[in-house]
Amino acid sequence: MGWFFASGLFTSPPVQVALVIGAVAATVSAVVGVLAMVRGLAFAGHALTDVAATGGSGAVLVGASPLGGFLGGALVGAGAIALAGHGPQQRRDVATGIVLSAATGLSALFLYLDATTNATTGVTQRVLFGSLFSASSSTVPVAIELGAATLLLTAVIARPLVLSSLSRELARARGIPVGVVSGVFLVTLAMAVGLSALTIGSLLSTALLVGPAAAAVRVTTRMSYALVIASGIGIVSTWLGITLAYDSYNWMPHHQSLPVSFFVVVDVVVAYGLCSLVAARRARGRRV
Amino acid sequence: MFSGFMINAWQVGTIVAIVAGVVGFVVVLRGDVFAAHAVPNGAFAGAAGASVVGLSPLLGLGVFALIAALGIGVLRRFGQRDATTALVLVLSLATGSALLSQSTQYASSTYALLFGEILGVSSAHLIPLLALGATCVGAVALRWRALLLSAVTPDIASARGLRQGRLDAGFLVIVALATTMTVPVVGALLVFSLMVGPPAAARLLVSRPGRAMGLATLLSLVVLWSALVAAYETNWPVGFFVSTGSTLVYLVARRISQHGTE
Repeated sequence: MGWFFASGLFTSPPVQVALVIGAVAATVSAVVGVLAMVRGLAFAGHALTDVAATGGSGAVLVGASPLGGFLGGALVGAGAIALAGHGPQQRRDVATGIVLSAATGLSALFLYLDATTNATTGVTQRVLFGSLFSASSSTVPVAIELGAATLLLTAVIARPLVLSSLSRELARARGIPVGVVSGVFLVTLAMAVGLSALTIGSLLSTALLVGPAAAAVRVTTRMSYALVIASGIGIVSTWLGITLAYDSYNWMPHHQSLPVSFFVVVDVVVAYGLCSLVAARRARGRRV
Repeated sequence: MFSGFMINAWQVGTIVAIVAGVVGFVVVLRGDVFAAHAVPNGAFAGAAGASVVGLSPLLGLGVFALIAALGIGVLRRFGQRDATTALVLVLSLATGSALLSQSTQYASSTYALLFGEILGVSSAHLIPLLALGATCVGAVALRWRALLLSAVTPDIASARGLRQGRLDAGFLVIVALATTMTVPVVGALLVFSLMVGPPAAARLLVSRPGRAMGLATLLSLVVLWSALVAAYETNWPVGFFVSTGSTLVYLVARRISQHGTE
């Protein structure tokens, strides 16, 4: 196995940090992602990563903590989407689009000001693509705490949330405050997205939120199975991606490693493709 | 403000605003907002990648936009519309970042592609832009009734023998074309602002589709022109003003339409 797990893979501190943070972000994203899929919030989930990045670049500008910026941005974005986007999917998509567009405009300004005032090049790329290997070990405890809080909140609202997604009327009749539950879920989504946008970048954040969950939902209709399958796909994709990115140093002619996010995204897409194939084959079997 | 390079900016900006208004109106009507966000972003990755391997960024832009549009159009017929759109988006961004990682210097053109460089447009761009823009507007005009029918009542459209899947993919190709012409000018992130803000505002204010589209075009012209003036005065990125203007237009329209119903 030496050819696959290149020497130094498990002893290198950046890799260790990446493995831990990647697993935390992948698990939280997968769990929240399954619920987001059930509620048709894939676009909102993606938009929030960009809004979080806006908060992050704003925080860089004023010298505040990036974590606060990312989380604050995501929460404000979630609030705006919730306020503007009542009603049918199409209307919510437009509201999400407006929030997203306002946020990217602000991002443009912040990054421009960052670049002119602090002369920090590379901010654009880092905010957009992120890099697991540049995560510092001091973010590990914060990531774990935030991840645990998000999972806890999700566990509390999961049942009423699923019920009110399936039937609003039934949920109301059972005395579930439907509006409150969906508001709390948007907060959960914002926390998950803020966490992963900060630690693994907004590109990977969308990939891990949507990919594993969409794949899991294709192959099972049971919530508990979907959660397990999605988390599994997320963690395996992340760890495999990290290993491949580390190895890619040896493959490339000029020893310019390929980015982790590239490999993780490819893994996630392959997993989605496989699950779709399984689903298609099953559907055919049923018809015959 | 009306001399030299600013003349080019006014001309190019006007073309971009008209195309974004027309195409964006159909985007909002059909609920293709996420796709309209994903195609320019995916295309940006192509442009960045092309510039790294030494090809023309415009070529990379066009090819990636087409691939992303067709990918979304084909995949989403198999269900999970939003999820497949998101996956196409992240896959093209990831490919772009992989290509960028192979470049030894930091690509400063990346920033321009993201946020636009309307003040750096040369007059040589004008003819290709006009041609692409006319193609987009012409294609929408040609399929106008079909696009409207399938957006408003998909069932009736199918019953009338309209091939929805083909129409869907065809429209995404129009979005891809519009993207290719607008990204180098206003930037990948802000094409989207123009395509969503003014058309969504127009939809709130006017219910007849033809008039609403006219209003959408007018609003996007106003937004872009004022953004040009503001960017000229402040030196801040034009994209910031475009998206702020689009958001403001939408918020005002929402206010007005809520007053109307009360």
